[in-house]
Amino acid sequence: MTVESQTADHAVSVRSICKNYGNVEALRDMSLDFPRGQLTSLLGPSGCGKTTLLKIIAGLLPANSGEVLINGKPVNAPGPDRAFVFQDFALLPWASVLRNVAFGLELRNVAKSEREAIAEKYIANVGLKGFESSYPHELSGGMRQRVGLARALSVNAEVLLMDEPFSAVDEQTRRKFQEDLLDLVKNENKTFIFVTHSIEEAVYVSDQIAILLPRPSRVSEIIRPSGFRHKAVDSIRRDSEYLDIVDRIWASLRTYVQ
Amino acid sequence: MIKIGLERYRSSLLSALSALIGLGAWEIAGRVPISFAFPTFLESMQALWVLLMDGSLFKAYAETLKPLILGVFISGVLGVVIGVGIGLSEKFDWLASPIFVVMQTAPLAALIPLLVIAYGIGLTSKVFVVCIMAMPVIVLNTAGAVRNTPASIVEMGQSFLGSRAQIIYKIIIPAASPIIFAGLRLGVSAGFIGAILAELKITPTGIGDIITYSRSTADYPSMYAAIFSIIVLAVIFLNVLEKIEVLLFGRVNAKYAAD
Repeated sequence: MTVESQTADHAVSVRSICKNYGNVEALRDMSLDFPRGQLTSLLGPSGCGKTTLLKIIAGLLPANSGEVLINGKPVNAPGPDRAFVFQDFALLPWASVLRNVAFGLELRNVAKSEREAIAEKYIANVGLKGFESSYPHELSGGMRQRVGLARALSVNAEVLLMDEPFSAVDEQTRRKFQEDLLDLVKNENKTFIFVTHSIEEAVYVSDQIAILLPRPSRVSEIIRPSGFRHKAVDSIRRDSEYLDIVDRIWASLRTYVQ
Repeated sequence: MIKIGLERYRSSLLSALSALIGLGAWEIAGRVPISFAFPTFLESMQALWVLLMDGSLFKAYAETLKPLILGVFISGVLGVVIGVGIGLSEKFDWLASPIFVVMQTAPLAALIPLLVIAYGIGLTSKVFVVCIMAMPVIVLNTAGAVRNTPASIVEMGQSFLGSRAQIIYKIIIPAASPIIFAGLRLGVSAGFIGAILAELKITPTGIGDIITYSRSTADYPSMYAAIFSIIVLAVIFLNVLEKIEVLLFGRVNAKYAAD
């Protein structure tokens, strides 16, 4: 396991990132690697800068210093190699599901028939077949996030950045999403960076968990669950390693939670 | 479908009922009478019929519509453009906003003599009056709507590589459109008031002339007929504007605005 992680190929790396909001230090000298084809969670209490880090990787926020490397090349703006899934879904309320899913391609000036064919495929992939002409206000929270996910998938980026994507959906939908996410990681061959504040969720879906602690914001620990990753989705939550890791993370976070 | 049909039927029934109550109240108030100078609804309609038949109403509107349409058109186009500019740029906001706040709060009737000194008694001054009435509400609504575009859909546009122009045309303006159109509706209504005000205060032409002349000859039914006709025209105009909104942005606009 250790040998593999040392030689692993990194799709995304951040090097010595610093970010200040005025006098408030959001991130200090943050460095982290994200192995290709795997899902890495950024987990930590509120205010630890996990969403800030994700937005810096996305190129939506400028860092004060340090660099973001995608496949070894520094980037400082959004690019075709990354797609973002938003916490509040960020759908266009006046556009149908089809147009919303195709919107990333529309912004890239892909021809209408072509982008709609691609969008239809991903709408079916996320289980929304038949809802192409519905509008966001007609869908449940979970279905709206499936639209957000399909939009991110349809631009075929290597890296998927997910900002607490399941925090605004109900518990049962969230569980289904988590199971689907595991399939997605297995089948899509993309690199996932996943921000969450749920310990169970992070341990359940991640190949690698980066624990971020606040004041000053730093990576305190990197955990790589290994034993249950290939188990069936419904037996993971009973696995003893899963339970141990959840406990261990809570033990290290509890003093930071007010 | 049946339910939708019934609902539409019911809403038009309610509008008819509301009109009936309003006009009925007018008729009764005229018959009481609350004032010698207040004709009944039926007398006014008779006068309207006469004005329609002898063609004087059409001649009057040919005059009144000139500053009105020109002013509303200028205010609509320029107002939305300036409003979007103010909403997008803090510097432009700082530069342009005060003008419109002043325009909105200034006592227009008192300023009309100034306009007349500067631009004479012709069309220019009247267009100015319409614009001063119509533009501020359009500009300020548009600017507010643009400024309040949800940050996350703008971020979405950036992260999916939208250019600045794409983000403005495909995200910010459609997102702001319900409030922009609300502003346009208020602006158009104010423009109608402005057009009549201009004709009453600058030179009596068109509908303003009918109002002034019939008042001076104590022909109150004709005066109220002219006022009634301008209200009807304004309502028709607002309905057309609503149709344009649906045509441009679809029916969803109204729905999600309420959502």
